[in-house]
Amino acid sequence: MAKITMREAISQALMEEMDRDPKVFIMGEEVGVWGGTYAVTKGFYDKYGAARVKDTPIAENAIIGGAIGAAMVGQRPIAELMTINFGFSAMDYIVNQASKLHYMFGGQFTLPMVIRAVGGGGRQLGATHSQTPDAIFAHFPGLKVVSPGTPEDAKGLLKSAIRSNDPILFIEHATMYQVRGEVPEGEYTIPIGKSKVQRAGKDVTIVTYCKGLELSMKAAEELSKEGIEVEVVDLRTLRPLDMEPVIESFKKTNRAVVVEEGWKSYGVGSEIASRIYEEAFDYVDAPIIRVAQKEVPLPYNRTLEQAALPQVADITAAVKEVLK
Amino acid sequence: MKKEQQLDLYYQMVLIRRLEERGAELYQAGKIGGFMHLYIGQEAVSTGLIAAREDRDRVITAYRDHGVALNCGISANEVMAELLGKATGMSKGKGGSMHMADTSRNMWGGHAIVGGHLPIASGFAIGDQYAGNDNITICMFGDGATNIGYFHEALNISKIWNLRVLWVCENNQYGMGTAVDRASAVTEIRQKAEGYGMKNGQVDGMDVTKVYEAAVEAMKFVRESSQPYLLEIDTYRFRGHSMGDPERYRKAEEVKKWQENDPIGIFNKQLLDKKIATKKALDEIEARVEEEVAKAVEFAEASPEPAMEELFTDIYAD
Ligand SMILES: Cc1ncc(C[n+]2csc(CCOP(=O)(O)OP(=O)(O)O)c2C)c(N)n1
Ligand SMILES: [Mg+2]
Repeated sequence: MAKITMREAISQALMEEMDRDPKVFIMGEEVGVWGGTYAVTKGFYDKYGAARVKDTPIAENAIIGGAIGAAMVGQRPIAELMTINFGFSAMDYIVNQASKLHYMFGGQFTLPMVIRAVGGGGRQLGATHSQTPDAIFAHFPGLKVVSPGTPEDAKGLLKSAIRSNDPILFIEHATMYQVRGEVPEGEYTIPIGKSKVQRAGKDVTIVTYCKGLELSMKAAEELSKEGIEVEVVDLRTLRPLDMEPVIESFKKTNRAVVVEEGWKSYGVGSEIASRIYEEAFDYVDAPIIRVAQKEVPLPYNRTLEQAALPQVADITAAVKEVLK
Repeated sequence: MKKEQQLDLYYQMVLIRRLEERGAELYQAGKIGGFMHLYIGQEAVSTGLIAAREDRDRVITAYRDHGVALNCGISANEVMAELLGKATGMSKGKGGSMHMADTSRNMWGGHAIVGGHLPIASGFAIGDQYAGNDNITICMFGDGATNIGYFHEALNISKIWNLRVLWVCENNQYGMGTAVDRASAVTEIRQKAEGYGMKNGQVDGMDVTKVYEAAVEAMKFVRESSQPYLLEIDTYRFRGHSMGDPERYRKAEEVKKWQENDPIGIFNKQLLDKKIATKKALDEIEARVEEEVAKAVEFAEASPEPAMEELFTDIYAD
């Protein structure tokens, strides 16, 4: 096992798939000469050239719409949204076209495309540039939404996404590119649509993903010192949602906290909590608690922004609350 | 332009430069966070442009907005306080560098979604037309913003509805690291107005006098004819796109060449050559600015953080 950063993991996945399949190409803002705003595609332009690493104009509709068209005629484009917030500028293409064309035309063609998007708050970028709108995108059948929390998962899931014949939104977190983790040597993929227990425990189930995983693992560590053993289930894919490991864990612990960075209302936590109530009602020992972002647009000021974002302390408090 | 006005423009340009230089230091020191896009090199653009407006004319721009804010009369104190995220900033520390606005001065904001504010600018003009006044909306944006759909939708509607919008493209040759000719089908942005049958012009953005004169003329046209106009102003940013830009996409010689065309240096020389000001007078302006910026930093640092309750204010009006 090699220990690498999230950035390296994503970069390796892209490179390995580009080397494997000439149909794979990248298009997006500043992916080429600049090397990617988050330096994920650094060196790609020199290695693969302008035809496979396409610097686009600032034109999100042309980027996502263009990827859809190229995918429909048989290529495997990876479209990059510099941040997921700019996905709103291309909302129609993502949720109204990519997610529906295969179905609406009776499966005549496929859309083997990946939209890589950087999301998340915590960098003082202000309200329009700091969002975690994952749940919105996960609302739409026909689109798959993947959002990994470890380098190992990022690499394996991205490789699967590139090989998949469906449109996949792959959401990375802006503050996690330096996160380090062990990654298997050599070639591997991880199936899309499989949740995973990232930490075993018996007292409370935490269900989370992406940035929430980082926070939850820290919370679990702290709680462990106090004798509370938390089981952390990482969704990894928001749609299709794999509830099996969640339900299995819940049947053991009978208590759950759901942790997400996005807003609580109509969010991932709402979905998970209701699925637990529906599928394991007889096992519920305490109301499920959702830890999420305060219901405000994120402010620039650092103290206020941090107060709005879910923190490790919010998770530990929630775990203690469900144990009461 | 009268002598006093010229000296005032000089003062404004130097103020933008010095305030941002201090801002860059404070950013490096970790006192300013987020994205900060410096206007250094482009000072003549908004200074000349906004000098030509009436107070009732509205100004809206992108995230590269510190200069525009100062030109609109927002104090250095407030700009610096907003950069530091303090309660005394004009957006109460909630907006930061990219979101400076003071509607009492008809500065309707820095906006961070590229091109996103252009249809809103059309909307200002729709509102003013509906109200029956002849206010102008001055909408500034970058070269990169002319490749997104928002630009085209906004220009088209402004033409068919006879809206009083002065569209101002600050062509600083790059959208982030992408040179204009790599992103835009035409490299003269003004040509895009032709497609909408819109009157247009182009001016050297390193010469504040030329910018001012072009702006006066364009605004006269917009006000009197009730027609939009697109003014392309050619300029260059001397610093990176935002703080921490590795600048791999342009050569040092190119930057150096443009820096020799420093808009402040050019204006300084004009004022001396035409004997509009003495060196002493210009030095005094420099000294006044230094003091004003130092005071602004002091003010901002001494200002309180926004109260925690502020997190939940301004979400809704009702
Ligand atoms: C819709 C959207 N896409 C991408 C971005 C990221 N972005 C911010 S500034 C910028 C470059 C804009 O260039 P230009 O319009 O020329 O303005 P300049 O920065 O040169 O002043 C990009 C791509 C954004 N803010 N909004
Ligand atoms: Mg530009």
